[in-house]
Amino acid sequence: MGLLSKKDSKLIMDPLADNNPITIQVLGICSALAITAQLKPSIVMAVSVLFVMGVGNVVISLMRNIIPSKIRIIVQLIVVATLVIIVDQVLKAFAYSLSKELSVFIGLIITNCIIMGRFEAFALGNKPWRSFLDGIGNAAGYGVILIIVGFFRELLGSGTLFGFQVLGNPVTKTGLYAIGYENNGFMVLPPMALIVVGIIIWVQRSKNKELIEEN
Amino acid sequence: MGLKQKLHTLKEKYRGKKMAPAFNALHTFLYLPNETTHSGSHVRAADDLKRTMNTVIMALIPCLIFGMFNAGYQTNLQTDPEITQAMSLFSGEFWNWSNFVIGFWKVLPLVIVSYGVGLAVEFLFAVIKGHEVEEGYLVTGMLVPLIVPIDIPLWMLVVAVIFGVVIGKEVFGGTGMNILNPALTIRAFLFFAYPTWMSGDKVWVHGAVETAGKPDAISGETILGSLAQNNEIGYSVIDMFLGFIPGSVGETSTLLILLGALFLIYTKIGSWRIMLSTVLGALAMGLIFNGVVSAGWIDSSSKFFGLMNTEFWHHLIIGGFAFGAVYMATDPVTASQTNKGKWIYGFLIGFISILIRVFNPAYPEGVMLAILLMNVFAPTIDHYVVQGNVKKRMKRIKVKTA
Repeated sequence: MGLLSKKDSKLIMDPLADNNPITIQVLGICSALAITAQLKPSIVMAVSVLFVMGVGNVVISLMRNIIPSKIRIIVQLIVVATLVIIVDQVLKAFAYSLSKELSVFIGLIITNCIIMGRFEAFALGNKPWRSFLDGIGNAAGYGVILIIVGFFRELLGSGTLFGFQVLGNPVTKTGLYAIGYENNGFMVLPPMALIVVGIIIWVQRSKNKELIEEN
Repeated sequence: MGLKQKLHTLKEKYRGKKMAPAFNALHTFLYLPNETTHSGSHVRAADDLKRTMNTVIMALIPCLIFGMFNAGYQTNLQTDPEITQAMSLFSGEFWNWSNFVIGFWKVLPLVIVSYGVGLAVEFLFAVIKGHEVEEGYLVTGMLVPLIVPIDIPLWMLVVAVIFGVVIGKEVFGGTGMNILNPALTIRAFLFFAYPTWMSGDKVWVHGAVETAGKPDAISGETILGSLAQNNEIGYSVIDMFLGFIPGSVGETSTLLILLGALFLIYTKIGSWRIMLSTVLGALAMGLIFNGVVSAGWIDSSSKFFGLMNTEFWHHLIIGGFAFGAVYMATDPVTASQTNKGKWIYGFLIGFISILIRVFNPAYPEGVMLAILLMNVFAPTIDHYVVQGNVKKRMKRIKVKTA
């Protein structure tokens, strides 16, 4: 990347793989389990978090020298809450059905541990540009896992992608369904999301042995 | 040079190679290896893991054979008007060639798929991880065909077995390390993934799925299914006890399960504490529900009436309860290890299975979910039993020194 120095690009690339917020730090699991039954909400969620984290990190970083440390959590909460409300209102205005589908989980971005974690750990101590990159990187790392999980859960659970019946029609028995294939109802249930995330963690750690914790 | 010596030489030659575990597994299947202990204790008991597993399989064989006859009998009973209901244990209507052939060709593929896929996964993991293939799948592979409906599509079984062995067992470190019973993990996966093939009134008799909606449709309703809908059941108690009823392949005959239980207790493989306490737990819950009905708290308009009004001891002979209590709950890896813990563990399994059975007709087989739930709690139960014992002994020391 010519645009970014080596140190800066590390800020973006690290959370995508070796320091992924979901698979390595195991944060933000609730939303990963709740909204990944289909691909579309997963992507909307990923984009929403990307916006909140990118902007939020910059705002916190700009204010980092004037926030009294005793009330910093309250200030951080206000920043996240404001951004989340913006996202929520935009979704309600332009994608009402999606907003209904995601229901309370957009609001719950406020409690997403990844966001508060990055504010605390990074934005409070770094300049706006680096904070922005860090926010984008972490949100992308979170989003990638969400999209992978959503892809497998929608494909195997409902036989669709973005609502299109890619495997054939289960009612009229076309495509794969003609030879007796059936959707895996377990994939639609949240426990299976946990197992899919677990499998991603398993694959990642067996590829990169350094990630395995000692105990 | 005999075959045994030849195999041994081969083993020495390829020691440490990648495929060695796969070879060793076949080797020890045929012969006891030519190895002596190098350190530690030199006293060995003959009842190693393999013999334990084989004993359980021996206890399961009668259920399997009965299941084959029963599968054919249930179909013939509904399709052939000349066939009458079997009246006694040895009646010719049940034990005949035509029944066996139908059942044999339906059950055999289940057994082959279960063993073939399961052992393939075990071999794969042994080769990748470089440890020996363990015998843990021998019993699971026999249990799986006995606890699925007869018409389950084979590819579903393949998916479920892979899931059950990998997620249920291998990720925890293989045989002996799993927290959940692998056979029940497989069944639970099938149950939640493909509910239309695992419950309802279409799957328990061979042919019921294909003939659904036609004039000569075969009904595949189980007793639990009828009871959940407050319907009358058309089977006598003796039918239920002998097993001439629709259900999963090998779980219908309480008589044969009882014989298997006695065999397991006699050989000290199965824990009589768990079996007995599971039955006691189920009877207790059954009595409570009978009490609720006789106290008049609910009447026949309630949707729970059919199952609550079932006489408390009938719960033991319908559904998969007996099979679960004898062969699943007693799995030494996933059950409680302490004697006091076994009583608590078993009692809660019985208690919760009847609870689920009555209150959630969508999950007719409460015993599966109850055992899985208690599998998770077994280490906790053991922990408190051990801690209780430690406390008691500490007290004794204090009294002595004081």
